[in-house]
Amino acid sequence: MKATTIFAAGLFTAGAALAETPVLTIYAGDYVASEWGPGPKIEEMFEAECNCDLQFKPGDLLPRLLLEGDRTEADVVFGLNTDVTRKARESGLFAPHNVDLSPLTLPIAWTDEIFLPYNYGHTAFVYNTERLAEPPASFEALLDAPDDLKIVIQDPRSSISGLATVLWVQTVYGDGAEAAWEKLAPKILTVTKGWSESYGLFTDGEADMVMSYTTSPAYHIIAEEDRTKKAAIFPEGHYFMVELAAKVAGTDQPELADQFMAFLLSEPFQEMIATGNWSIPAALPREKWPEGFRELELPEKVLFYSEDEAAALREPAIEAWRRALSR
Amino acid sequence: MARLSALLAALAVAGLTLGPVAAVLVRAGGWGALGPGEVQALRFTLVQALLSAGLSVALAVPVARALARRRFPGRGVLVALMGAPFILPVIVAVLGLIAVFGQNGLVNTALRVLGLPGITIYGIHGVVLAHVFFNLPLAVRLLLQGWLAIPAERFRLAASLGLRPWALFRVLEAPMLLRIAPGAFAVIFVICLSSFAVALTLGGGPRATTVELAIYQAVRFEFDLGRAALLSVIQLGLALTAGLVALRLGAGAGFGAGLDRALPRWDGQGLSARITDALWIGLAALFLLAPLMMVVLRGLGGLALLGPGTWEAAGHSVSVALASTALCLLWALPLSTRGGELVGLAGIALSPLVLGTGLFLILRPYVNPFVLALPVTTLINALVSLPFALRILRPEAEAVRADYTRLAQALGLTPLAWLRLVLLPRLRRPLGFAAGLTAALSIGDLGVIALFADPDRATLPLQVYRLMGSYQMEAAAGAALLLLCLSFGAFWLFDRGGRIHAET
Amino acid sequence: MLRLEDVGFGQGAFALSADLSLAPGKRVAVIGPSGAGKSTLLDLIAGFRRPGRGRVFWQGRDITDVPPDRRPVAMLFQENNLFPHLDLMRNLGLALRPDGGRLRASDGAAVEAVLARVGLEGLGRRRPGALSGGQQSRAALARVLLQRRPVLALDEPFAALGPALKTEMLELLREVAEELGALVLLVTHDPQDAQRFAEEVVLVSEGVAQAPVETGALFADPPEALRAYLGG
Repeated sequence: MKATTIFAAGLFTAGAALAETPVLTIYAGDYVASEWGPGPKIEEMFEAECNCDLQFKPGDLLPRLLLEGDRTEADVVFGLNTDVTRKARESGLFAPHNVDLSPLTLPIAWTDEIFLPYNYGHTAFVYNTERLAEPPASFEALLDAPDDLKIVIQDPRSSISGLATVLWVQTVYGDGAEAAWEKLAPKILTVTKGWSESYGLFTDGEADMVMSYTTSPAYHIIAEEDRTKKAAIFPEGHYFMVELAAKVAGTDQPELADQFMAFLLSEPFQEMIATGNWSIPAALPREKWPEGFRELELPEKVLFYSEDEAAALREPAIEAWRRALSR
Repeated sequence: MARLSALLAALAVAGLTLGPVAAVLVRAGGWGALGPGEVQALRFTLVQALLSAGLSVALAVPVARALARRRFPGRGVLVALMGAPFILPVIVAVLGLIAVFGQNGLVNTALRVLGLPGITIYGIHGVVLAHVFFNLPLAVRLLLQGWLAIPAERFRLAASLGLRPWALFRVLEAPMLLRIAPGAFAVIFVICLSSFAVALTLGGGPRATTVELAIYQAVRFEFDLGRAALLSVIQLGLALTAGLVALRLGAGAGFGAGLDRALPRWDGQGLSARITDALWIGLAALFLLAPLMMVVLRGLGGLALLGPGTWEAAGHSVSVALASTALCLLWALPLSTRGGELVGLAGIALSPLVLGTGLFLILRPYVNPFVLALPVTTLINALVSLPFALRILRPEAEAVRADYTRLAQALGLTPLAWLRLVLLPRLRRPLGFAAGLTAALSIGDLGVIALFADPDRATLPLQVYRLMGSYQMEAAAGAALLLLCLSFGAFWLFDRGGRIHAET
Repeated sequence: MLRLEDVGFGQGAFALSADLSLAPGKRVAVIGPSGAGKSTLLDLIAGFRRPGRGRVFWQGRDITDVPPDRRPVAMLFQENNLFPHLDLMRNLGLALRPDGGRLRASDGAAVEAVLARVGLEGLGRRRPGALSGGQQSRAALARVLLQRRPVLALDEPFAALGPALKTEMLELLREVAEELGALVLLVTHDPQDAQRFAEEVVLVSEGVAQAPVETGALFADPPEALRAYLGG
């Protein structure tokens, strides 16, 4: 009896709360809302200032949004990558973010009115100093390294980091990309579906180097106080990877959505996102980064294709990769 | 009545597989075209599936035969444990295999100590190795069931005739194998057809591209639904062809009814037979259990790191598994016929990605997909487990029908009485096995569909991936161990339940 | 009267025709060479097969399209007369409650009584596997007693028993049939069984089930077909 009353009362308050508090629905990558992702902290911080209920809906971001079209219940999308922005832009589902971009501290110029960056990193091969004392000093050196140096990479057809890798090789080698892949092929132990599998193989000691991010060592430094994982920095440059948010045009909470977009570049969010998402904050000067991040070796030269260039190069670059590795 | 329920069950399968494809097609506005390299992907998919299924079944013959005629302490536990690889989530099993056969694995370490050259697991042989690792247990269990379904009276007759091993094989075992093996081959072939992560991770690169990867690319990256639909229909066609061929080949008659007497076996008592059997059992156990041991060892440290989210996810997985199991068995019983088994194959033959996308398109206008995360997962788990449940149930269900339909008719048993008093009790052993497998598969299954993912209702396999995606490799190993224990526990309980008072 | 009126059945090269009548309460042996169609004849009567042409009547009622369980026929097969996983109580109980429901006290008593009648007193909790072959046959006959059908069709149910045991079972069958006043059709390939048990004989050979003939008369002056079967 008592239990029923409490249950009924709970339902009532929940119902009342629902009626009063506006809900901001955010579609986010699956990892975001998990207990180790940045989701819970973002929710806590933003709800403290918005008097709203922020709800993350994890899953396949863009495929779902495109399937739903303008009937989507999403107000904001969080966690897009540059490889899909063109398709996303063409869908017409997004509205300008209206956020002042001057606080951005990205290594490249960013003027996009729709997609707002909140953190970034670069492609890099990560290695274990105890296993590989002298990593290749450049991409060229990597290609020329003996074939018993084993690396794992991700498939560009199923993973974003895999696609970034292919574009990286394309920026560095241009027309010679296929030949470069061919030289790399015997060193590639295997290609995995996603980043997780690759990184798991690497931490298990299967491979000498893993295709990952320049920011990966920060996790080991901060969370594990382990300084043996390092990113090999190549003078040829590293491909820029950025994560983006966007406001959905058909949102029924436009003010809240705007508030959230502005919140993304605010200092508290930016300070949190470094260790929340293990990436470099997009609008925070280096001296304000967490300790472990300031220790990171970062590339001087940053490579990046514009959306249109990337869209044009993507298929031939993947084909070159496929041909070279299929031989 | 029986025909009506069979028809309904078949329609449900057809609707759940063809419906989503149709929805995807309608949305895409027509078929797409095959992309570059996809013919090669098709060829690779076929070759690896043929090799994997063939080897799994071929190796299962001596192992199952040895297990069928040997009695030794711990045999029941060993039989159950050897079933575990089949129910492991792919990524966990792959990491376990790599811990044994990888660059840094046990085998290569041992070879190095002996000063021998190392082996590599990466390549088509690695893909086949992994598929055999996954599916050998299933093949062994299916064949073992076949052996146990030969009434003891037949072996007694063989013994009294003094049949030599070869004659015994030709008279009793070969006909059984001809009846059971094609179906086992077909199921495994179809599972391997839709292999994706295994093929990619161990295949060593784009040479090992499967059709499923092409579908993934089309749906997730290029949003080319027409191409995804085309590819998944090709996949479905291949699977159904395999099913049809298997049905034709495996059409032999059963052995008739025995009197449920537990009789000892008289054959294979010679020294060489004992040694051969021991070798086969030992090798299979080593091959199947070593990677599992590595999963356990890697996971022990991580168990302490598991947060409340993981335990909650485990709870979801268990309840989904129980519901899926009940649903799957209800579905399987009316379909446990030749035609039904063919229909059931569609469940695993259809790409989960296309299935999920299609269901999403169908349901989205009416309901919020998040609300349906767990029900849809339950339904899909039941659907994909259906072919296994049918493979297990069908031969014995047909034998029961062949042996007792006339008696039941003469007595005028009502359909319900037939089900309750004859079919279910006679099928107890295969039902227990099927339930165990379904429960375990459901626990180990990767929440099928990212489109329906719900933040508060993650399942355990999804949690493993999330942990790995957040650098929590140790906790992920712990969660994987938890997953292994739960899957295996569910399998053990159901399978055990089916075998109480039965001599296995 | 059980009447098969111009009945014909065909399956591939096999064909059987029958045009005959059998009187209620008679003990009839069905004999003939192996493969001639003795079991098929029983199946047509019991309803497990449908004739291609002709009709089957019982006491003037057309039962051609009646399913097996609603025919006036109780049948014993060559094997699988009992479910191996059920004890005798439940096996026999099914004759009274085909829906598998709980047996009423009176049903239980009836089962006990028929078990006692066939000499299986107190064995109701045994499963068939724990019984001897003779005991299994007795249990099956006990169930026939419970079914109380006016026609008993037996398809060589005692073929596996020894001579003494078989004689005993035929005697029991005669008693059971008398109690029920039932017409018995016994398929056998042993002419001695026919002579010992049957009042009339139906000879099945060369695709025809012939009209019944009085046993003594038949064996006194066997027709050509029977002579061939008896081997001279």
